[in-house]
Amino acid sequence: MDWIAWTLPTALFFASIASALAVMSLLAIKRPSTPRVGALGIETARGDRLFLTLLGSAFINLAWIGFTDLPQYFALGICAVFAFCVFRWV
Amino acid sequence: MKKLRLSPIIMVAYLLFLLVPIYWLVIMSLKPNSEILGAFTLFPQELTFENYRTILTDPSWYMGFVNSFIYVTMNTIISLCVALPAAYAFSRYRFMGDNHLFFWLLTNRMAPPAVFALPFFQLYSSVNLFDTHIAVALAHCLFNVPLAVWILEGFMRGVPREIDETAFIDGYGFTRFFTRIFVPMIAPGIGVAAFFCFMFSWVELLLSRTLTSVDAKPITAIMTRTVSASGLDWGVLAAAGVLTIIPGAIVIYFVRGYIAKGFALGRV
Amino acid sequence: MEKTANQRAWFLVLPVLLLVAFSSVIPMMTVVNYSFQDSFGGNEFFWVGLEWYRELLRSERLWDALGRQLMFSSIILLIEIPLGILVALCMPKKGWLASLCLVLMALPLLIPYNVVGTIWQVFARSDIGLLGRFVTDLGFEYNYAQNAADAWVTVVAMDVWHWTSLVALLCYAGLRSIPDAYYQAAEIDQASRWSVFRHIELPKMRGVLIIAVLLRFMDSFMIYTEPFVLTGGGPGNATTFLSIDLVKMALGQFDLGPAAAFSLMYFLVILLISYVFYTVMIASDKEEAQS
Repeated sequence: MDWIAWTLPTALFFASIASALAVMSLLAIKRPSTPRVGALGIETARGDRLFLTLLGSAFINLAWIGFTDLPQYFALGICAVFAFCVFRWV
Repeated sequence: MKKLRLSPIIMVAYLLFLLVPIYWLVIMSLKPNSEILGAFTLFPQELTFENYRTILTDPSWYMGFVNSFIYVTMNTIISLCVALPAAYAFSRYRFMGDNHLFFWLLTNRMAPPAVFALPFFQLYSSVNLFDTHIAVALAHCLFNVPLAVWILEGFMRGVPREIDETAFIDGYGFTRFFTRIFVPMIAPGIGVAAFFCFMFSWVELLLSRTLTSVDAKPITAIMTRTVSASGLDWGVLAAAGVLTIIPGAIVIYFVRGYIAKGFALGRV
Repeated sequence: MEKTANQRAWFLVLPVLLLVAFSSVIPMMTVVNYSFQDSFGGNEFFWVGLEWYRELLRSERLWDALGRQLMFSSIILLIEIPLGILVALCMPKKGWLASLCLVLMALPLLIPYNVVGTIWQVFARSDIGLLGRFVTDLGFEYNYAQNAADAWVTVVAMDVWHWTSLVALLCYAGLRSIPDAYYQAAEIDQASRWSVFRHIELPKMRGVLIIAVLLRFMDSFMIYTEPFVLTGGGPGNATTFLSIDLVKMALGQFDLGPAAAFSLMYFLVILLISYVFYTVMIASDKEEAQS
């Protein structure tokens, strides 16, 4: 399976996504979340908010690469803030 | 309702707009090359079936049709077999992550095949399935399975739950109920789903061209090869085009009664 | 319909899950891996970090293709949606004429994409095509293989030809659901044709129109085969849309790294649009269930 060309960072990335999904499933069993209508005017449950966070983070990171020369860690900081906002208000 | 006198005119104009390019293709396939290139005629002056004969007697042409039929049929069968139980689950039960799962399936229907062309090439080469019919059939499942689930779910939603419940009370097991009672009930839905699976696999070019080289090369890919060749044989090209339209035209004739319903669900 | 909670339904979904995971998750992981590496000969890989993303995001190539893509999608939406509504309004309501129109209109939808390209390639050539000959006889300089504007007109005309029927059929299905009583009431009120359309037909078509717009947008966003056959992305790069550019990069030049980064960004945009599509669809389903 050489052609998949695994590297440590990408493996870690996928492992973290997989564990996030696993944690979400466990949480859904232990403490089911009730959907609510947030700032966007759409009904979201916990899983939707995770999806929005990940998708938004991807775009934030791309914008950071495209428009600045600063280290990528700052973008991760913005993502953390974004994640907090999504889980709090959306 | 007030009758618009304009409406038949608009309708006829629109249908003409749709049919004239097809007419031109059909006409071209019936002309010899000299007439196509030399004289500009609205009707063929020398009616010839030579172009069709070329295709139907040359294995490198007609095997393309055979290949296409093989993988399209395989794909339709695989798609329906896995989509039927899943569509039933989506239409009848709530389960953990059902909405997210459904969304994930749909993203595959909407993902551009161009994104998958390269990794598919690598994937199927590494498992030694490159240039086989099953590779193309599996690759087309990427968009046909979600589509089949989506269409079937819509049809199954229209079947009242009471039927399931009565059958279970009568002592039917799930498998027997599903194959004996439920599947015949939604036969039109299965027909529509099969029709769309067939069509989308039939019309797709990019993945089938990427995953084949000789043995499983579909007719659509053979046609593009002719286009890029230097000496263009327009008549044969047109004839091949006409032949690829025929299966669709036949299938649509059979499902014409249901097609409006399929479109009404908005799930194409 | 009320659904019952049943976690064992997962077993019914399992085959689909495995199949789609095989053909979607594994390739997607591969693409992510490639996008951070440089390859030699397709089997030796070197970590380059975010280099490909930086290069692509700052090159003209990606933005130009994206710009052309957005322009193309907007143009065809602006033409196909109003035209589709108009045709749907003009369709006969019942009888054999209605079936005939239905079948004839569905015909272009069922033609293989590359044959659509071939039909228009032939039809629009000025030496052997009816359209090309006609336009040239009118005195216009027309050659889609050499003039960028002509290529655009031809590609747009081809897409309108190919897909307007889909919009029309969707709208027609929406119109059929309007009870006759509405029209009779409008006649008693002596409502004008326009106000019948504005206050009865348009609201009833809202649901299918949303779906038509989103479907057409998504499908035009990944258009590949038809313009590829017709113009090959040319003249120059005039009709090189996102998919055409991507395939050129991935399979033509076999640049695994940049092509993978391109794929991922393309896919992210699609993911965003799909999410909007799904959210809107669920919302309109709910509205319909309530009304």
